Amino acid sequence: MKTLFAALLLAPAVALAAEGGAKLDAAPVNLNDRLSLQRGAQVFVNHCLNCHSASAMRYAKLMDLGLSESQVREHLVLAGEKVGDAMTTTLDTKDGKAWFGVMPPDLSLVARSRGADWIYTYMRSFYRDPAARTGWNNTVFPNVGMPHVLWEYQGSQAMEAAAGGEARLVKGSPGRMSTGEYDKYVGDLVNFLVYMGEPARVKRVQIGIVVIFFLAIFFVITVLLKKEYWKDVR
Amino acid sequence: MTAIVLDQVDEKKRRFLIVATTAAGAVAAGGVAVPFLGSWFPSARALAAGAPVEVDISKIEPGQQITVEWRGKPVWVLRRTPEMLAQLEKNDAFLADPQSTSAKQPDYVKGAARAIKPEVLVVLGVCTHLGCSPTLKKQVGAASDMGADWPGGYYCPCHNSRFDLSARVFKGAPAPTNLEIPPHRYVSDATIVVGENPKG
Amino acid sequence: MAATHKPPVTGAGPLNGVLTWFDQRFPLMALWKSQLAEYYAPKNFNVWYFFGSLALVVLVIQIVSGIFLTMNYKPSAEHAFASVEYIMRDVPGGWIIRYIHSTGASAFFIVVYLHMARGLMYGSYRKPRELTWIFGVLIYLCLMAEAFFGYLLPWGQMSFWGAQVIINLFATIPVIGEDLAVWIRGDYNISDATLNRFFAMHVIAIPLALLGLVVAHLMALHETGSNNPDGIEIHENLDPKTGTPVDGIPFHPYYTVKDLVGVAVFLIVFSAIVFFSPEMGGYFLEYNNFIPADPLTTPVHIAPVWYFTPFYAMLRAVPSFFNMQVWGVVVMGAAVMIFFALPWLDRGRTKSIRYRGPIYKAFFAALIVSFLVLGYLGVEPTTVWGEFPKALPLLGGDYVAIWVARLLTAVYFAFFLLMPWYTARDREKPVPQRLT
Repeated sequence: MKTLFAALLLAPAVALAAEGGAKLDAAPVNLNDRLSLQRGAQVFVNHCLNCHSASAMRYAKLMDLGLSESQVREHLVLAGEKVGDAMTTTLDTKDGKAWFGVMPPDLSLVARSRGADWIYTYMRSFYRDPAARTGWNNTVFPNVGMPHVLWEYQGSQAMEAAAGGEARLVKGSPGRMSTGEYDKYVGDLVNFLVYMGEPARVKRVQIGIVVIFFLAIFFVITVLLKKEYWKDVR
Repeated sequence: MTAIVLDQVDEKKRRFLIVATTAAGAVAAGGVAVPFLGSWFPSARALAAGAPVEVDISKIEPGQQITVEWRGKPVWVLRRTPEMLAQLEKNDAFLADPQSTSAKQPDYVKGAARAIKPEVLVVLGVCTHLGCSPTLKKQVGAASDMGADWPGGYYCPCHNSRFDLSARVFKGAPAPTNLEIPPHRYVSDATIVVGENPKG
Repeated sequence: MAATHKPPVTGAGPLNGVLTWFDQRFPLMALWKSQLAEYYAPKNFNVWYFFGSLALVVLVIQIVSGIFLTMNYKPSAEHAFASVEYIMRDVPGGWIIRYIHSTGASAFFIVVYLHMARGLMYGSYRKPRELTWIFGVLIYLCLMAEAFFGYLLPWGQMSFWGAQVIINLFATIPVIGEDLAVWIRGDYNISDATLNRFFAMHVIAIPLALLGLVVAHLMALHETGSNNPDGIEIHENLDPKTGTPVDGIPFHPYYTVKDLVGVAVFLIVFSAIVFFSPEMGGYFLEYNNFIPADPLTTPVHIAPVWYFTPFYAMLRAVPSFFNMQVWGVVVMGAAVMIFFALPWLDRGRTKSIRYRGPIYKAFFAALIVSFLVLGYLGVEPTTVWGEFPKALPLLGGDYVAIWVARLLTAVYFAFFLLMPWYTARDREKPVPQRLT
């Protein structure tokens, strides 16, 4: 117990040293771009949902993105699931552990815990590493358990020790997309993950503007009331 | 000498400002009440659980009934035989409301059969008296243990309400109306959706 | 009977009859007069005097939003995290209620810290208001307990590991510590049993105590009358004709309408956070708390929520002596408990900082600075300011932040422990007869 306690007190000391300290690129997040969100939902369902759940998210919620119920049902809902169901993976926890070392985490809130920039950079920073069990490593998430799921799109990258001593990623075999196309593809996915982290976000800001506007009026009235009464005070 | 001197009191202005503040406060309270009271409405989970249910009716043999759950309540789907359908008209004289004028049912089910396709009865299995779920007594006569003149139907064990095989209540029963027919539609001959009206 | 001897209530228009009926059976008008309409408050309250009524507003906000959260929250290790997301997504308007409550928690501490700073500045803890002050410190303790118990409930990583660290503070107590920690948890590690009892403490036990203390705090205040920025007793200067303080004004309507302005400003700031930035950059809702509690993996950087960080920084700054770690806990506890002794440590002849001497002002400024910097250091890892050069004697290789925290902890305690000395010999200014 004492060692645990000591470890907890020291924990912050290692905080910033961990995670490789990789520089993060700014993710192109725009929650008002519904087409981007729809594309991102498609990418998520096609490539992420096989192993990762989003158990806090219902398929029906995707109708907020301007999709009709039949569009959601036909293009996004996995076989055997209903529109009102949560997005859960069919991957078994045991299999997940066996294949990746850990069960792939639920992604409902990943954009809130990791941040959009982290995911955006992470999804573009896989490189070939023969020493890794999946053959892939990542500069943002060293020794990551996940293989590069989108490598067919991005192509492969390799780590190259540059002359200055700083290692950097260089493009290997090309993928189906150009770098610009791939960045946009991942950008859509990240945009969707941000939406999924807090589906009420756009509405929250809209309501907020109305509330603040009303309170500003309320403030003016109370100031007038106070001034009127305080005429009595000498 | 006190700190309060009442020589500049504008009663009218004060009254107006108090009314304005109270009104704004009431609007604020109302605005706050919306999300709080609104949170008591069914959640997305409850709505998803209460969503329309698809039922495969192709496997139901004539005379057989299955029960499906819709919004947490039993819905019966009974495939009636020609004999059962023939019996319905004969019941009319003994029924409280043979045309189901006061029953809760969609306007696309009518008459004695109370069904879109006469042989398939879709009915909410909840007694209109106090909410018990009646039992199917489909055998005619003494075989159902309901007396020799029993034409086949449903029997509610709680307070002895009796219904025929269109779920219409017999005279003298405590149940006030016929059982409710839920909205439903045919996707195909083999599949119905309970909880949705026919399209168009 | 006695009741009918009471005169009818007049002046309320169409409500006269109803109010009379109530008043003859309940001390309605007597309470109204003694607590509001004829409670004379000094006429020179400044902006610092808003925070008392604002604390009351936040208390109401937290109670109402908390009640509605319990309607969908599940206090079990298996379902707690998911039930919070259920509130955030599936319950209509649930996210507003949750953000109101999470923002309210931080708002409560902001308002209470400013309220306490006011009490310190103007000597509101001094005779005859010692009990008001003590009830206030008890409220502050309850608030810390309430925040601690409540923070476990979302069952995220920070909930779990924050509670882990604080419960383990008790484990450092010699002899009984380990058993005490097990008793608090009801298990060998934080578990479903811990969550369930923390839930009970958070939603009913502590709030009941809090409400009782708030009533006591206000009753004691209204017994002695309010202090003011000049630190003068207005009840010592009464108008001979009316018998009311010449520098006092009835709380209602003058301070009710004034406090309403404060409430409006507060609600604007509060709503702006709720609707535009409920995470407040990770300070009000920590990013790691969006990951479900995992007893096997500690997040890389754990820090308590901001309102505990000054005390957390003190805890980290204290080294272990005699192979015992309890000293940090003792220092941290003493830093809070010393507030109780304040009325008897202060020997100044004036109450308000306006008339205090230069030594007090210097110590007071040092206290505020040390509290703020300690608060900052508690949020950051100890490496934040790097290490001393290795060549430096004594300090070489140690973290700068640790030594700064030690120095500031000493400054913090110096304000209190040296107070009997420096307040007695400070060069104070003459106090005016009337409010300025």
